[in-house]
Amino acid sequence: MLGQRFIGDGLRGNARIIINGVPGGDLGMFMSGPTCIIHGNAEHAPGNTMDSGMLVIHGSAGDAVAHSMRGGTVFVKNNIGYRGGIHMKQYEVEARPILVVGGTAHSFLGEYMAGGLVLVLGIGKEKAMTDRGIGSGIHGGEIIVRGEVDDYLLGVGAKKFKFTENDLERIAPIIKNFCEQFGYDPAEFLDTNYTRIGPASSRPFASKYVWE
Amino acid sequence: MTLGSVPPKFKVSIDRDQCMDCGRCIENCSYGVYRREGDKILIESRKCTACLRCVAMCPRDAITLTEKPVDYRSHPVWTREVREDIINQARSGKIILSGMGNARDLPIIYDRLLLDACQVTNPSIDPLREPMELRTYIGKKPSRLKFRKTESGDVELETKLAPNLKLDTPIMIGHMSFGAISLNSQLSMAKAAAERGTYMGTGEGGLHKALYPYQDHMIVQVASGRFGVNIDYLERGAAIEIKIGQGAKPGIGGHLPGEKVNEEVSRTRMIPLGSDAISPAPHHDIYSIEDLVQLIRSLKEATEWRKPVFVKIAAVHNVSSIAAGIARSSADAVVIDGFRGGTGAAPKVFRDHVGIPIEAAISSVDQKLRDQGVRNEISIIASGGIRSSADLAKSIALGADAVYIGTAALVSLGCRVCGNCYRNLCPWGIATQRPDLVSRLDPEQGAVQVSNLIKGWTLELSELMGAAGINSIESLRGNRDRLRGYMLDEGMLEILDVLPAGA
Repeated sequence: MLGQRFIGDGLRGNARIIINGVPGGDLGMFMSGPTCIIHGNAEHAPGNTMDSGMLVIHGSAGDAVAHSMRGGTVFVKNNIGYRGGIHMKQYEVEARPILVVGGTAHSFLGEYMAGGLVLVLGIGKEKAMTDRGIGSGIHGGEIIVRGEVDDYLLGVGAKKFKFTENDLERIAPIIKNFCEQFGYDPAEFLDTNYTRIGPASSRPFASKYVWE
Repeated sequence: MTLGSVPPKFKVSIDRDQCMDCGRCIENCSYGVYRREGDKILIESRKCTACLRCVAMCPRDAITLTEKPVDYRSHPVWTREVREDIINQARSGKIILSGMGNARDLPIIYDRLLLDACQVTNPSIDPLREPMELRTYIGKKPSRLKFRKTESGDVELETKLAPNLKLDTPIMIGHMSFGAISLNSQLSMAKAAAERGTYMGTGEGGLHKALYPYQDHMIVQVASGRFGVNIDYLERGAAIEIKIGQGAKPGIGGHLPGEKVNEEVSRTRMIPLGSDAISPAPHHDIYSIEDLVQLIRSLKEATEWRKPVFVKIAAVHNVSSIAAGIARSSADAVVIDGFRGGTGAAPKVFRDHVGIPIEAAISSVDQKLRDQGVRNEISIIASGGIRSSADLAKSIALGADAVYIGTAALVSLGCRVCGNCYRNLCPWGIATQRPDLVSRLDPEQGAVQVSNLIKGWTLELSELMGAAGINSIESLRGNRDRLRGYMLDEGMLEILDVLPAGA
């Protein structure tokens, strides 16, 4: 496979798609149900506006990973580009979208995020996140990053919260699932050395405007 | 406060000799202008928005409303509006938001274009006697047709045709979302669109279940917030529209305040109850024309290439080059929204100052596409301030295939253009989600009114065409020879490719 776009686009049901090589853009867009295992890197916007199902990428992925995703799971073993998890949103509790990145992500991670979870593990990195603009305009959901996150990396409207045992309990099944997919030992990640980033307000722009 | 209050915008008075004290004004005013104290109806003019609901419902015509009851010292530069905006921002330090479309007193090009009619040398056509062909197809047209002969000697079309929308009249209803407007407004317009053989847009608010019966007449929108977008939604629509920009606020996104996100709106948009619905300025998966191609094709793949895909842009300075790019992007129609386009809420500075007039945009886009030989690749839908059948006819003569109407359709439902759409208090049941107000708008009756408007304009368009000796909309399209400019400068005449009156 080399660059075939739109794999799983709008696909429903419980199919399992194995991709050897590099799929093209919009992998799993509007997808509702199927699982895609990618043995290689992925291009632009895998998981774009995805409803449910799973993408497991044994490599890195391009920009806008999980853009506007409403449900389902995207696991990326290595790194992702800019705008990962941008405008991810949640409708019902059971349809919570999840993006887990093993390595690191470029700028604007979780920008305008309205729901769901973005988890960055920073495997093999000194610091999990070093790019700016994390969670600009975030008004729902959470971004959890392994280790400390420097204040100057946060976007407008994003705020750091303490990562508690309770939080760990919530995300432990997700970490275990991720490790299982890529053959990592989950024990390494099951502590509270994370930073949780969420919205400073659910109405980030409410104070910006005045009526005529 | 050192600034004090600014004068009320309107003064309401009741002719007490006429008044029968029925209290309908009190019941109908959702802004709280009227109240009863003892045996008297008291008036608080400052709360009035001039929505005229009370005037319309008063059985005795006893209510009078005056605009600007207090004069400022008149000044051509420091107008009342300029002074009041400064006072507002001195108080708040914020961006001023406003409702409805551009409210500046700029010349309207439509009003300076005149249509032609036949006299003596070529007879006009009577639409009563001759059929007038108004049927319009929106979508790609083949540049040439190939036929083949079958064994039985019949001729068959070999060229594969791209999916098109079939319109019985070139008037469609533009995208106004559930959330911004009520379900009863959407239902009224959807029923009317189905009855008139045309289409309406869903806006970026998802498709409510109650609209499923009309889905064959609905164009589903995919905008930067992707609200309500899933495979089911895409499959239901007759066509799909990617909204890049909007004439009322080019270059910026939008957001529906959490107060308007009730249970139904939340379910239809697929977002949590009471959360702000924020649409970012760009689509974050489109940062280039190549990315746009990818989204268009992704939508086509998801719907098995069975539906036309439109791309809507605001009319901005380089609109013709942008449209030429879109024409090569596998889109089937480009929607151009002029700077007079309406909105539920937009920053005032954008509403009044950003973008260009739709008339100039239609003309330059049509010209550019023809110059590049790709006009058949894409249909042009014009919108933003189309007020009458005359504006419609002129749009088509300038090069549009069809138009979207928005505000005009709302006016046919009762809207009086008071511009307070963002307050969730619309007394006409249009721009509100408050159940008691929404129930004031009966979708059955509303559908009749919207349908009547489209019917009336369609009849007028037939008459205008007949008078000009044209019996098919195809012959009016891009026919600038049937337009003349009046009081337009030379530069504008050149852009419009129209001769001055008398020439």
